[in-house]
Amino acid sequence: MSLALLYGLAGIVLVAMGLYAALVARHVLRRLLGLNVLGAGVFMMLVALASRAVDSAGRPDPVPHAMVLTGIVVAVSATALALALLRRMHRHDGSAQLPEDRAP
Amino acid sequence: MSGGAWLIAVAAVPLAAAVAALLAGRRGAAAAGLLGSLLGTVAVLGLAAAVLDGGVQEVLMGGWAAPLGIALRADGLATAMLLMTAIVGSGIALYAWRYFGAAHATGAHESPAPPHDVRAGRPETTTDRPDWLFWPVWLLAWGALNALYLSGDLFNLYVTLELLGLAAVALVALAGAGAAAAALRYLLLALLGSMLYILGVELLYAAYQTLDLQQLRARVQPSLSAGLAAALMTTGLLVKTAVFPLHFWLPPAHGAAPAPVSAALSALVVKAGFYLLARLWLDLFGALPWQAGPVLLGVLGCGAVLWGGVQALRQQRLKPMIAYSTVAQLGYLLIALPLAGQGAGGAAAGALTAAVLLAASHAAAKASMFLCAGSLLAAYGHDRIAALAGFGARLPLTATAFALAALSLVGLPPTGGFVGKYLLVEAAVRAGAWGTVAVVLAGSLLSAMFLFHALSRAFVEGGEPPPGGAVPRAPTAPQLVSLALALLAVGLALVGGPLAALLATGVAP
Repeated sequence: MSLALLYGLAGIVLVAMGLYAALVARHVLRRLLGLNVLGAGVFMMLVALASRAVDSAGRPDPVPHAMVLTGIVVAVSATALALALLRRMHRHDGSAQLPEDRAP
Repeated sequence: MSGGAWLIAVAAVPLAAAVAALLAGRRGAAAAGLLGSLLGTVAVLGLAAAVLDGGVQEVLMGGWAAPLGIALRADGLATAMLLMTAIVGSGIALYAWRYFGAAHATGAHESPAPPHDVRAGRPETTTDRPDWLFWPVWLLAWGALNALYLSGDLFNLYVTLELLGLAAVALVALAGAGAAAAALRYLLLALLGSMLYILGVELLYAAYQTLDLQQLRARVQPSLSAGLAAALMTTGLLVKTAVFPLHFWLPPAHGAAPAPVSAALSALVVKAGFYLLARLWLDLFGALPWQAGPVLLGVLGCGAVLWGGVQALRQQRLKPMIAYSTVAQLGYLLIALPLAGQGAGGAAAGALTAAVLLAASHAAAKASMFLCAGSLLAAYGHDRIAALAGFGARLPLTATAFALAALSLVGLPPTGGFVGKYLLVEAAVRAGAWGTVAVVLAGSLLSAMFLFHALSRAFVEGGEPPPGGAVPRAPTAPQLVSLALALLAVGLALVGGPLAALLATGVAP
């Protein structure tokens, strides 16, 4: 098994785990962590993709790397915004779950 | 200026104005925002003139060619969406200037400021709400929308979509701490949607080694990975566009926000998802023999028209009703996609014109209607439909604007909504899609029922003034803006021909 394949398969596992947590978890922080794991899986698959398409001089494809860098920046800012909103909701409503998930 | 310079100005001016508004702080934000709106609109008009004059405009950022570089491209569809956003967005900005300005003039220190604390019925959020932040966040959303319409490659579309999502979530959160849950739900779904989208982009890149839409269009073949990519990207966009049955986040998010924010979100921001779906299924996968994709979208659109209409009918309050009407109106846009994708050239072009005309009419009418709701909230202190009796006599400007916007949303002549629906039904008849025709007509009937029910309150006898003794009234200048937007929705009835010519610019053979 090549390293790129290992990365790709690990990425698929991470995507599945993250998707499950994002859809099933009720605590917003868990959902957010699930989305971050999902993102990490996507980025790992991109990295694997880059090393698969190596040019004649042995350099990996730069475009997926650029995509991963941009994607990380986007994920960090979105996570920061979500955490700020979560704190605000927790202070206002006294719960870290969305209204439809709260126990009646 | 050349077309390329206009292209860059269209994307850069709103973003620069957003930074300027943030730096200007509480006092200068509105001035920076209005100046940015003006300059941004000028840039869009310049670009539109260049497109009408010289066809598709394109610029390669930093001189790097695809697949490495980022291409900005303006064809007919993109230009139409840019024009819609700039004109309706300027109206919203003018309303926000007077609306938030009035709230500041009366001040949080003196008597209870009319539009300030009645807005969402949450008195605890009145003093700490930083209204001026509307300006940087709205300008950011506008810049993201412009960049999205101009993007020529799939990854840039992802970045702009994410930028738009973050700005839209921040706009929802402006309503105060009570709206945090709605904003958070929106953000989590938007993140999930964009992750699915980027997964699809990744599969396409793995298969074809390019992100550029035009290169990809030439290379894409019917294959398992392309099909999976199409499914993932479409699912992600359906979540973000609030397409039935994934629409559940939209009414609370749009209904809770201050009036200009509701107008911007409901009229303009949701159109980005529709634009991307149209790009994917008419442009990128348009040459593939996958008619099942657009047809499925059309079926979802039919569901949205009926479900959104029924839910709107059940609402007791005005703003949630208008928000559910957005769910239904998005359905019409999706119904047009399968018609625009298949069939002989004439009918297909007619369906695309119908979709864009409906999108533009909805943008103007829905913005006007949410701004009317803002004026009514300011006047009455609530938006329960049953208790809005007599607003026709007390707020005649708002009642007129509401009536004109309702005519366009229902699709009665002589409005833009009527011409759009007429073209849509014509394309459906030509394609023999009688089920679609029935759904469009049933949706119009539902819209008429809930909108005219709300409008009927205008003509009811006003009855006793509230215990405080104050007669409901609202500032005049914002009402004039909502009237102007409603008149725009009516005037769009005249642009069908020029719009069809514009949309033909840059269509792939």
